[in-house]
Amino acid sequence: MTSLVIAEHDNASIKGATLNTVTAAAAIGADVHVLVAGHNAGAAAAAAAQIAGVSKVIHADGATLEAGLAENVAAQVLAIAGNYTHILFPATAAGKNVAPRVAAKLDVGQISDITKVDSPDTFERPIYAGNAIATVQSSDAVKVITVRTTGFDPAAATGGSAAVETAAATSDSGKSSFVGREVTKSDRPELTAAKIIVSGGRALGSSEKFDEVMTPLADKLGAAIGASRAAVDAGYAANDLQVGQTGKIVAPQLYVACGISGAIQHLAGMKDSKVIVAINKDPEAPIFSVADFGLEADLFVAVPELVAAL
Amino acid sequence: MKVLVAVKRVVDYNVKVRVKSDNSGVDIANVKMSMNPFDEIAVEEAVRLKEKGVVTEVIAVSCGVAQCQETLRTAMAIGADRGILVETTEELQPLAVAKLLKALVDKEQPGLVILGKQAIDDDCNQTGQMLAALADMPQATFASKVEVAGDKASVTREVDGGLETISISLPAVITTDLRLNEPRYVTLPNIMKAKKKQLDVFKPEDLGVDVSPRIKTLKVVEPAKRSAGIKVPDVATLVDKLKNVAKVI
Repeated sequence: MTSLVIAEHDNASIKGATLNTVTAAAAIGADVHVLVAGHNAGAAAAAAAQIAGVSKVIHADGATLEAGLAENVAAQVLAIAGNYTHILFPATAAGKNVAPRVAAKLDVGQISDITKVDSPDTFERPIYAGNAIATVQSSDAVKVITVRTTGFDPAAATGGSAAVETAAATSDSGKSSFVGREVTKSDRPELTAAKIIVSGGRALGSSEKFDEVMTPLADKLGAAIGASRAAVDAGYAANDLQVGQTGKIVAPQLYVACGISGAIQHLAGMKDSKVIVAINKDPEAPIFSVADFGLEADLFVAVPELVAAL
Repeated sequence: MKVLVAVKRVVDYNVKVRVKSDNSGVDIANVKMSMNPFDEIAVEEAVRLKEKGVVTEVIAVSCGVAQCQETLRTAMAIGADRGILVETTEELQPLAVAKLLKALVDKEQPGLVILGKQAIDDDCNQTGQMLAALADMPQATFASKVEVAGDKASVTREVDGGLETISISLPAVITTDLRLNEPRYVTLPNIMKAKKKQLDVFKPEDLGVDVSPRIKTLKVVEPAKRSAGIKVPDVATLVDKLKNVAKVI
């Protein structure tokens, strides 16, 4: 029994989600190997070898793997899939893009978004926006899994000393090509890795107000900024800030929801946070039902006051 | 060029489901069912491509129980030209649905297949990618913008940290994200028209597909409840609680 973790990386370093996925793989009880598929990704492969609990790193390097195109990355995984009983991806945009291609080619079902490993073939996963938790058992020979990173602690990034083995990069599928990327530039911590998140909702009223009210609070707390779907749909905040069932799933130490009513889809994305603060002027807002500390107040008054008090 | 759009009948997004007392699943008896919201976006996108003259025919497909016909009628009221139901009472998992869709792709030879990125019941996010793999097609998942030109599509995708644009050769699979479009409201005349549109029904056996589930649900339970918190009277108390009780700042 050996597990393969597909690393999330930017060629230079390993992304945090990989560490949580390694923990999930270790919980299965098998040897853990990590695949780093990228271009000029030697540094990322070396970093993967340092992760505690990893016994081998497979480093596949080639221009075809640079942009992480699903067709090419899936082919790379399939080239070595025969050696593994479990193939785990972080449930990130990249992991969710590739994993089902691998599962389908292996003719196995995929277990999405696991939050707990019960045994090598039995896992827990949330369904219906986290309103129910299903325990599922796979009868397939190979388990293809995506791991909800908030369900597992990160493995230590150092302390390991795995061997790095190189593998030939698979050839290009010829059916897709990378055109460009618009990455939101920000000095703030990444949403899914942040210890503190301040999140704004529709009550902010405009993109200008969103920035004006939320930014000082985030700066003061060293927090990442999140948003409800309503705020994103209204154009107050960027798409990739959306927290919720179909956006980012987060579980920071502290989540401060400002002017967010708390639709079940939003709660699905943040209710595992350690401490939740809700600031909302509607006493009936559902967000108060999950908040540890609720402040019934106008956010335009309370948030600046909070910034001043911190 | 034909477009195939897959639509799933799910519990309406406004319904808060309850776990059954025997922990065998969630109770969906007498619960409002609707089209999966992401699939509605998929149908809208296909219909817009037809209105732009890029596409000649929009075929909506649903797999599941007989009542999925209602979901297909909704798709046809939005503007799909005809519907196909693959009818079965068997529990359908994403791999099985992808195989059924693959069989229909072979039959209909569409230039594009558009699906929702995930269904809001099982939250799997698998079917589109699986279909692309089985049909050996390129994929563009989580699309927020689609432009078709000749035998290629340029698709902007919502990824972690921003947006990315890729170019894919047709035939291809696209899965929709929330910001791709805002589906139109269906009008009564269009609902009436949809009733007269062609709807073919197949069984999985007709398509030669084994749909038996690969993953068994052992039990379904309520998530751990958060204990109710407290309301604080003012900002000063809030800061005090965060510093001295929760100790998170």
